[in-house]
Amino acid sequence: MIQVVSLSKFYGKKAVVEDVSVTIQPRKITSFIGPNGAGKSTLLSMVSRLLDADTGEVLIDKSDAKKMKSNDFAKRVSILKQSNYMNVRLTIRELVSFGRFPYSKGRLTDEDERIVDQSLEYMHLTDMQERYLDELSGGQRQRAFIAMVIAQDTEYILLDEPLNNLDMKHSVQIMKILRRLVDELGKTVVIVLHDINFASVYSDWIVAMKDGKVVKNGPTEEIIQSESLKEIYDMDIPIQKMEGCRICVYFNS
Amino acid sequence: MRNSIKMAILVVIAAGCCAIYLFHDLNGSFDYALPRRAVKVIAMVITGFTIAYATVVFQTITHNRILTPSIMGLDSLYLLLQTLIIFFLGSGHMIAVNKQVNFLVSVAVMIVFALLLYRFLFKKGDQSIYFLLLVGIIIGTFFSSISTFFQVLIDPNEFQIVQDRMFASFNNINSDLVWLSLIIVGVVMIYAWRFVKYLDVLSLGRETAINLGVPYDSIVKKMLIIVAVFISISTALVGPITFFGLIVANLSYQFFKSYKHRILISGAIVMSIIALVGGQWVVERVFTFSTTLSVIINFIGGVYFIYLLLKERNAG
Ligand SMILES: Nc1ncnc2c1ncn2[C@@H]1O[C@H](COP(=O)(O)OP(=O)(O)OP(=O)(O)O)[C@@H](O)[C@H]1O
Ligand SMILES: [Mg+2]
Repeated sequence: MIQVVSLSKFYGKKAVVEDVSVTIQPRKITSFIGPNGAGKSTLLSMVSRLLDADTGEVLIDKSDAKKMKSNDFAKRVSILKQSNYMNVRLTIRELVSFGRFPYSKGRLTDEDERIVDQSLEYMHLTDMQERYLDELSGGQRQRAFIAMVIAQDTEYILLDEPLNNLDMKHSVQIMKILRRLVDELGKTVVIVLHDINFASVYSDWIVAMKDGKVVKNGPTEEIIQSESLKEIYDMDIPIQKMEGCRICVYFNS
Repeated sequence: MRNSIKMAILVVIAAGCCAIYLFHDLNGSFDYALPRRAVKVIAMVITGFTIAYATVVFQTITHNRILTPSIMGLDSLYLLLQTLIIFFLGSGHMIAVNKQVNFLVSVAVMIVFALLLYRFLFKKGDQSIYFLLLVGIIIGTFFSSISTFFQVLIDPNEFQIVQDRMFASFNNINSDLVWLSLIIVGVVMIYAWRFVKYLDVLSLGRETAINLGVPYDSIVKKMLIIVAVFISISTALVGPITFFGLIVANLSYQFFKSYKHRILISGAIVMSIIALVGGQWVVERVFTFSTTLSVIINFIGGVYFIYLLLKERNAG
């Protein structure tokens, strides 16, 4: 369980994240939604220690994240950022192998190699594993980064807009993989999504942010309601039930 | 070609250069010439090692392949120190004449300066390394200006002595200093070795490195201190030569095309040994001391640097 306790971040005088408290349930997919600039990425960066919070604390299974050793933390929480620029030339396999760094410090064991193979397989990258990242399409590269996070094999996986650049087929594929990670391997996934329909169909819990604050926090059925969405996005969004899924028809609202 | 084969070839060439330098035209002078040459070779190996290591590490930390650690201002501090010693104490003073004392004073001043700089900057909570570099550039320029100011005032005969120290030279190396440097570098390397494994991850960028469990800020600070120690040692030993590091580091990146720092650093070290020992041999035997190694290095390095800039521009 990840507990975020009155976390704030200020840039100058402006609070980008303001006194946010949320609890991330274990073995669930929790989606963060909300308009651009709401503070979702900032919050995720603070939870994953990429960014120091100005106030508040983050508890990972009741222990203070700040006090954990970097390496132990990296075995429990992994993050994939919204954009991943790299000025080193690597193949997909080399990148994914870096996911094992917290365990083997660069000297891969057979076990590590096996996990790397498995992660590549999960992301359907086995055939192109020797290709260089700078020769890939945006979506292929995104999948390689997700494979690295999977290889890191942490209990908590934080993903900031992982569906960026992905076509429909691969978006669905990745959401299904995340579902499997949660249902079969007992992982906890926190994901920032802009397509609320993916949030609606695949997540267990939704946290909505706006102007640095949490405005809604509840089970998916509760948040995917026209009234709630109106509050979050200032749009009238009708909701249709189709094949057991709640679909938001926001294209012409 | 596999990287291990490339490395083996380089090592053979480096060993060959050292052997030629040591034994060519020795005429049986095992007691006199050989020990002197050996001291020079060791000095060049130490210089090559420290400069190559410091430059590759520095470029990895700053994510920039056309920076040299000299922008932290250590070279200009060294020159300022030498100028001030000659100006205020005179060329006959113990600190100017006694090489051991001069060496220790220089190394101490440079390291203290680097520590103060980091301390001051990191204490303010601003972790940005670019801010550090910017301050380094400004302070470096400031030091250079003061040096120039005093150099103009110095007695022309005394200025000759300062001028000698403005360029790296292997011609008058003190053997005690070589042993001392060797010991310091050895001790630092024992400490630094455990961090080499982090360098590959550091080169992926701050956020990826933190995600993979690297205590980023503390490692970067430690690496910067090691860089400063190495630069101080090589500068106090042979003079300012950091530009050289830019060349060998980039040659190593180009030649090995790897992201592994064990390979990149070893490659840069071996290449710098080849360039220094081979170059010095050419200076001594072909040019018969009519030019100095640093002139050649600066010339070739300058051309290569322009090539790098053009290449970066075309790539970006
Ligand atoms: N380094 C920074 N300096 C100043 N302001 C920043 C900085 N980083 C983010 N901000 C501001 O903080 C706010 C929240 O940014 P954040 O990236 O967390 O939003 P987000 O919810 O992830 O948005 P998006 O959906 O566009 O990714 C924005 O208004 C942004 O301008
Ligand atoms: Mg964002």
